[in-house]
Amino acid sequence: MKVGLFIPCYIDQFYPMVAIATMQLLEKMGCEIVFPLEQTCCGQPMANSGFNTLSKGCDRNFVANFSDVDFIVAPSGSCVLHVKEHLADAQNPEAAEFIRTHIFELTEFLTDVLKVEKLDAHFPFSVGWHNSCHGQRGLHLSSMSELVAPHFSKPISLLNMVNGLQLHLPSRIDECCGFGGTFCVFEEAVSVKMGKDRIKDHEENEVEVIAGGDVSCLMHLEGILKRKGSKVRVMHIAEILNSQK
Amino acid sequence: MSKSHAALAAEFTADENRTDWHDETLWWVRQKRDKAVQQIPEWEILRQWASAIKEHTLSKLDEYLAIFEREAISNGIKVHWANDATAHNEIILKIIKEHSISKIVKSKSMLTEECHLNEYLHQSGIEVIDTDLGERIVQFRGEPPSHIVLPAIHLKKEDVSETFHEHLGTEKGNNDPQYLTESARTHLREKFIQSELAITGVNFAIAETGGFVVCTNEGNADMGAHAAKIHIACMGIEKIIPKAEHLGVFTRMLARSATGQAITTYTSHFHRPRPGQEMHIVIVNNGRSRQLGREDFRNSLKCIRCAACFNTCPVYRRSGGHSYHTAVAGPIGSILNPNLDMKANADLPFASTLCGSCTNVCPVKINIHEQLWKWRQVIAEEGLVAPSKKMSMQVLGYILSKPSLYRLIGKTGRWVLRHMPLLVKFKSLNPWYKQREMPEAPSESFRDWYKKNRRS
Ligand code: SF4
Repeated sequence: MKVGLFIPCYIDQFYPMVAIATMQLLEKMGCEIVFPLEQTCCGQPMANSGFNTLSKGCDRNFVANFSDVDFIVAPSGSCVLHVKEHLADAQNPEAAEFIRTHIFELTEFLTDVLKVEKLDAHFPFSVGWHNSCHGQRGLHLSSMSELVAPHFSKPISLLNMVNGLQLHLPSRIDECCGFGGTFCVFEEAVSVKMGKDRIKDHEENEVEVIAGGDVSCLMHLEGILKRKGSKVRVMHIAEILNSQK
Repeated sequence: MSKSHAALAAEFTADENRTDWHDETLWWVRQKRDKAVQQIPEWEILRQWASAIKEHTLSKLDEYLAIFEREAISNGIKVHWANDATAHNEIILKIIKEHSISKIVKSKSMLTEECHLNEYLHQSGIEVIDTDLGERIVQFRGEPPSHIVLPAIHLKKEDVSETFHEHLGTEKGNNDPQYLTESARTHLREKFIQSELAITGVNFAIAETGGFVVCTNEGNADMGAHAAKIHIACMGIEKIIPKAEHLGVFTRMLARSATGQAITTYTSHFHRPRPGQEMHIVIVNNGRSRQLGREDFRNSLKCIRCAACFNTCPVYRRSGGHSYHTAVAGPIGSILNPNLDMKANADLPFASTLCGSCTNVCPVKINIHEQLWKWRQVIAEEGLVAPSKKMSMQVLGYILSKPSLYRLIGKTGRWVLRHMPLLVKFKSLNPWYKQREMPEAPSESFRDWYKKNRRS
């Protein structure tokens, strides 16, 4: 199975360890990984700011890079959702359609395509799980507190396979952290307040690590944690699932 | 233009204790809603039905409005049509003048807020008493409501006590809610008894019967309408449902979504004037037909004003209703108001993280967060985004479509972050850094690592 690894731009630049963990994890599961070197970004920053029209160049570049694989996997619910919902290429509509239907967020790929049932992972820490909205409400990686529907969570069932990990859920199980793309700078006050409140909720459980599936949310929470000199770390789920003794 | 949502929100959050209190109070309402809906196994089916009934009605709105008018007239109700807020206000003023009336009470109607009826009548020397307790409180304070169901939710009991002391002469510093409510009740009772004309809103207007339904928890709509010799009900054109049998779907959802109650305390059905009474209905367009014509935004007209989307919205809970600078705040306001005045409300679709919780709680399944995204595209298209933001997006779009340029900038960016942190961290230029640290810049990107470690 040939898997094209899509590494969102801010992960490539600032959180390479998340990309490395994603790659190693998928390789352990027997996937053949390719990382198309000319990839850049999914175009979401422009589109969510109202300039979807400006993301056409990104779209074309994306299609050119990811046409030659069986699946595309990314460690980011938000970017995957954007590609699924908005990727378009007038010159190459079929290739774009293939990508939209074959791109997966990491945990859904592990759960739904690779059907992972056990993991050789060890992570002896107290971990709080942060549900990122786009993965949850957009990609349906887990049930949502607003709906009357059966409970499930793809990332949490994976975390439950990790030895030594103690999982703690915050009291507001799926409230947004306030990152929201450019919202984090244009609505700085509310954005930071939302982040502080999520952190407080996790702190009540005395977690050592706040884990999530979207680095953008984690980067925002990390920024607040560091500013207040907290010892709590943020980690992407790929890093945890890839941890061994 | 008034201050932007972001600026007003920053003012609101500056008082962190009050922000916490506001957030927690509304979160508590959201939790009550969750408990109530979790007891209805068929909840998601009800949402589907409610949405479908509204969808159908909107597709034949002209027909149902005509049927409603015909039936209402045959019931003895006088029907008026208003194409905009001014027409609405003029119709009401005319009725008041014809009867030379000065004592007027009004129960909650977001439409009259949208049309600024009180201010309009005030200019003609006519005072309207708002009889919903929360609305009366904000009216005393000269403020607009901050929430469509809980108009004074931004105020603490100390604020209410202060307001009542000033306007009703209650004991200074007595914050006992029981005492304060009792004083307001006595005050309002007097107004009800004296009132000659009562204005109410409309929650549902039923085409087949020509009747309408008003839902309140305080019974103030009934008190007003029963005491006065003239009743004027104001409704937007989207309040129509085809048949009485459809009503139950909505009344089961409205109060559960709004406050977690099984049903509003009063669900009052009005069909015809009682002997000697005059009953009017003012049916208002005010931009709704324009919204109906916008395919992407049409189903915002399904809204039943339950405010569930307000209570769940993590931004609303922390920025307060006044930060939306419009009569209808919150997520639904952010997709309705750009239709009324795109320029003045161009900031509102951006006052969201697009988390999608609003869409999930909405009893009529309006895709609120998707419409927020779509409004952003329309607003950018219309050139209503700040030029600096537009420019930065153009630059970003260009860089990200050119892989080699992206790599170069990435390298430089990390180099700058590592070597000149003070420059990047120049606070006034970087809103990120005001209350957050920047991510640490690693020496190599994943791309560099990959080339070294994986490529043969
Ligand atoms: S948009 Fe939906 S949730 Fe919001 S007030 Fe209207 S009906 Fe209620």
